[in-house]
Amino acid sequence: MPKITFIDAARETRTVEAKNGMSVMETAIKNNVPGIDADCGGACACATCHVQVHPDWIAKVGSPGSMEQSMLDFAEGVTEFSRLSCQIKVTDALDGLVVTTPESQH
Amino acid sequence: MAERAPDRVVIIGGGQAGCQAAASLRQLGHAGEIVIIAEEPDAPYQRPPLSKAYLKGEIEAERLLIRPESFYAEERIELRLGERVTAIDRAARRVTTDAEQGEAGLGYNALIIATGTRPRRLAAPGAGLGGVFELRTRADVERLKPALKPGERLCVVGAGYIGLETAAAARALGCEVTVIEAMDRVLSRVAGEELSAFFANEHRSRGVQLRLGARLEAFEGAGSVSGVRLAGGEVIGCDVVIVGVGVIANDEIAREAGLVCDDGIVVDRAQRTSDAAVFAIGDVARRPLVHFGDRMMRLESVHNAIEGGKIAAAAILGAPHPAEDAPWFWSDQYDLKLQTAGLWTGADATVVRGDPAERSFAVFYLQAGRLIAVDAVNAAPEYIVGKKLVSLGAMVAPGELADKSVAMKDIAARALART
Repeated sequence: MPKITFIDAARETRTVEAKNGMSVMETAIKNNVPGIDADCGGACACATCHVQVHPDWIAKVGSPGSMEQSMLDFAEGVTEFSRLSCQIKVTDALDGLVVTTPESQH
Repeated sequence: MAERAPDRVVIIGGGQAGCQAAASLRQLGHAGEIVIIAEEPDAPYQRPPLSKAYLKGEIEAERLLIRPESFYAEERIELRLGERVTAIDRAARRVTTDAEQGEAGLGYNALIIATGTRPRRLAAPGAGLGGVFELRTRADVERLKPALKPGERLCVVGAGYIGLETAAAARALGCEVTVIEAMDRVLSRVAGEELSAFFANEHRSRGVQLRLGARLEAFEGAGSVSGVRLAGGEVIGCDVVIVGVGVIANDEIAREAGLVCDDGIVVDRAQRTSDAAVFAIGDVARRPLVHFGDRMMRLESVHNAIEGGKIAAAAILGAPHPAEDAPWFWSDQYDLKLQTAGLWTGADATVVRGDPAERSFAVFYLQAGRLIAVDAVNAAPEYIVGKKLVSLGAMVAPGELADKSVAMKDIAARALART
């Protein structure tokens, strides 16, 4: 199973096991990782699961789709490494992925 | 005898709101007991997918869970599922339940009522026939799913969000679908005419028979439903009926306890009821909306459930009041994502941005020049900016909004400068 590492705003690191096919957001919720609210449950409707993908991983993770990009355009603290974690699907290729969660999603 | 635990918070109801309140209490440092008492047998789960992805069989039950089962043990949140609270004794600060085993009475220091709503039932003859369903709980969907086989004729009563989402899902499952609506347009309660016309057109183009201004008189059939009869006598044959004609607040337990209610439990900005130790959140609460002049509203949405849970937890612990969002909501039908923010009632002007024929557009609702709501279809920038401007009560220029060549970012900047 792929492993994903979440780094929170206090620089605390949690590495958890993910399942292929689930989203990075679902992986975080399932493992009680703080810093991701995911109010809409993954419907790409709320932009409260914003993460920063580690620069080493951004190429593999890929860029946001148009709906996601529009949501990100107006979220707080967005960078070129920003993604909505509900839109990143876990695959074996993402084993070892590192993402950072923000202080607040609102 | 139930002991009185000075630091115990009891939450009645295990939906999105109750679950959020429990999680927020822990996040904010509550060290005492948290007990969720919920009638449904499932751990707290998300309801929105019930009429969308879950109905279509695209996701399994486990993915509905708001939190993994392990969360509750780790956070020391006691889940008492399949148990009903029968009374609240406010003087003794104690609830009684129908628990057959163990303690049927439970003391509280603070009580949160998050009992939600239940579907309104039609009084029409035959409403109890087999094949007539409602859609609120996972159990409802488990009963309904086997009936939605390809080729089956489904009649949806009510063209609100639940009705239209169900119709879209049933079309994807290969059912023949008729939607009956008493009003002369779909989504009449929740949106303006532009949006109604768009969605009516979409459903028709997907093969849904829309019967607007149609009054249902009776369900026909012997044992199992075989049709619905409209006023005037016409019978629409069907094998399955889903009734989605609104909900009723589950506020009886609060009323019986003497709490102030008015189609829902009346609360203040801190979600506090007329009893300082009792809070109400989610669909069952009637709360003042700070972005709308403290208008008292009962909102049925995930946003309202989550926000209420956070606010009540903060109030109980004396933590700072969380910032409120303008009300927001979404609906998925076919390949359309509707995102909406604010409240459109009271609008004196509407502005359409984009062309509905292109299936990406937004309707902005204005009142005295201020933006009070937005409905965006496949139009995330319009939604996100609209929501922000609604929450700020921003003055907007209709001409700018209607002009697609002016970016939403620029519209936001100009509106903020004007406000």
